[in-house]
Amino acid sequence: MATLIRIFGDIDVAEDAVQEAFALALRRWPVDGLPPNPGGWITTTARNRAIDHLRREARGRELSRLALPVDRSDDASPGEVGPVQDDRLRLIFTCCHPALSVEAQVGLTLRLLGGLTTGEVARAFLVAEPTMAKRLVRAKHKIKAANIPYRVPSEAELPERLRPVLAVLYLTYNAGTGGPSGDDLRHEGIRLARILANLMPDEAEVAGLLALLLLTESRWAVRFARDGSLILLRDQDRAMWDRTMIEEGMAIVRACLRRNQPGPYQIQAAINAVHADAASIESTDWSQILALYDQLLALAPTQVVAMNRAIALAEVQGPEAALAIIDDLDLDGYHLFHATRADLLRRLGRLDEAALAYARAATLAGADAERAFLLQRVELAQSATER
Amino acid sequence: MPRYLLSAHTVDGQAREPMTDEQMQHSWAEIQALEAEMKSAGAWVFSGRLHDADTATVVRESGGEILTTDGPFVEAREHLGGFYIIETADLDAALGWAAKVTRTISAPIEVWPFADTAGG
Repeated sequence: MATLIRIFGDIDVAEDAVQEAFALALRRWPVDGLPPNPGGWITTTARNRAIDHLRREARGRELSRLALPVDRSDDASPGEVGPVQDDRLRLIFTCCHPALSVEAQVGLTLRLLGGLTTGEVARAFLVAEPTMAKRLVRAKHKIKAANIPYRVPSEAELPERLRPVLAVLYLTYNAGTGGPSGDDLRHEGIRLARILANLMPDEAEVAGLLALLLLTESRWAVRFARDGSLILLRDQDRAMWDRTMIEEGMAIVRACLRRNQPGPYQIQAAINAVHADAASIESTDWSQILALYDQLLALAPTQVVAMNRAIALAEVQGPEAALAIIDDLDLDGYHLFHATRADLLRRLGRLDEAALAYARAATLAGADAERAFLLQRVELAQSATER
Repeated sequence: MPRYLLSAHTVDGQAREPMTDEQMQHSWAEIQALEAEMKSAGAWVFSGRLHDADTATVVRESGGEILTTDGPFVEAREHLGGFYIIETADLDAALGWAAKVTRTISAPIEVWPFADTAGG
């Protein structure tokens, strides 16, 4: 798909052509047998279909001329791996172009790179399918009308352009953490982060994001109780954590430390690595976690980071110091803020106040994907303006 | 090649510190330098600075008659203060020029693609 979008410079043409190619494959393959390179077969067939369409349309004349030379040269090559990978990278950067809204960035990425249907993308963000369809159409129209290019940004542009790409993959993963369902989105987030990490091995933050997602995912099996309620880190059965994911994540974190180009995703991954390394909540190296949060707060001075740093501070200096920080934060609409406050008040023996805070947290916590998504957008907006 | 409108908006009543002659000259020189850079890069098509919104006039057709009234057409606090029309390879290149313009005149810039040149 990414290859076809590059060749035709038109997402709709590419989407239609791929659909037709699959339909043709369904009719042919059972009869003729599987072609030697099914992926290549689909690409070639879709490309030929698209060229046919474009030839029929007068306005496509120029495009089909552009497409033809590529058609010839590629037919002979068996692998297509190199150019396909490059096309995918280009497409990630196009989908996550800062000229598109965050919702459109996430939607396009899931639709065009994740291969989700419009209905699936709509359900992931709890919006009606026509709403999501309209959003995607609008975004695709803007790409075409405004000539948003299909290319990997230059070295100079990369820091600014990589930020929304990483945010989209992070949001994709987090959209799948709203409840016990949502496996597809989390796996898609990890899969895309892994692809990006392979494509851009020199970018430490890409590796950091992959490590963060792996270490978070390693605890997934024990994050929810049977009744669907959240199990806190301190109560989780650590024997049930996925050691394979932890080892992969930790290896990436160690490689990042050696590289020494810290960034917000790497630091969050490192924080998760410290947790993964501890046998229990008591034996966790909280002073190291606090030091990491200090570093994170310097890079991304948001209220939510300050809150999480206070949670670590409570373990090092006690709940009183943490509560003083928490009470200065302006996070009244965030259920975890009230849950954190409630926990600190409880530990200080101020039980009446704790009960009120717990109640406020419960009222606010719909804990659905949309809410989490919105909160992250707020956070995203904050880190974008404050940096 | 696609064309883009870079429009600069001014906000009514947002009284900026009146510039000294020296500042005015400095800012003028910067704008001139940027325009020269656009021209030598082959991006510049046209540009202009507009008088305040209360100098605008609206002409419209109503029931077959032409009606002329004091403008502007859109009653808003923000008005078009000036614009560039540029020709670049793609949006990224246009955004690059917009970044230079906003640094020079310290007002936000809207980047609009022209409908007839982009093929969309």
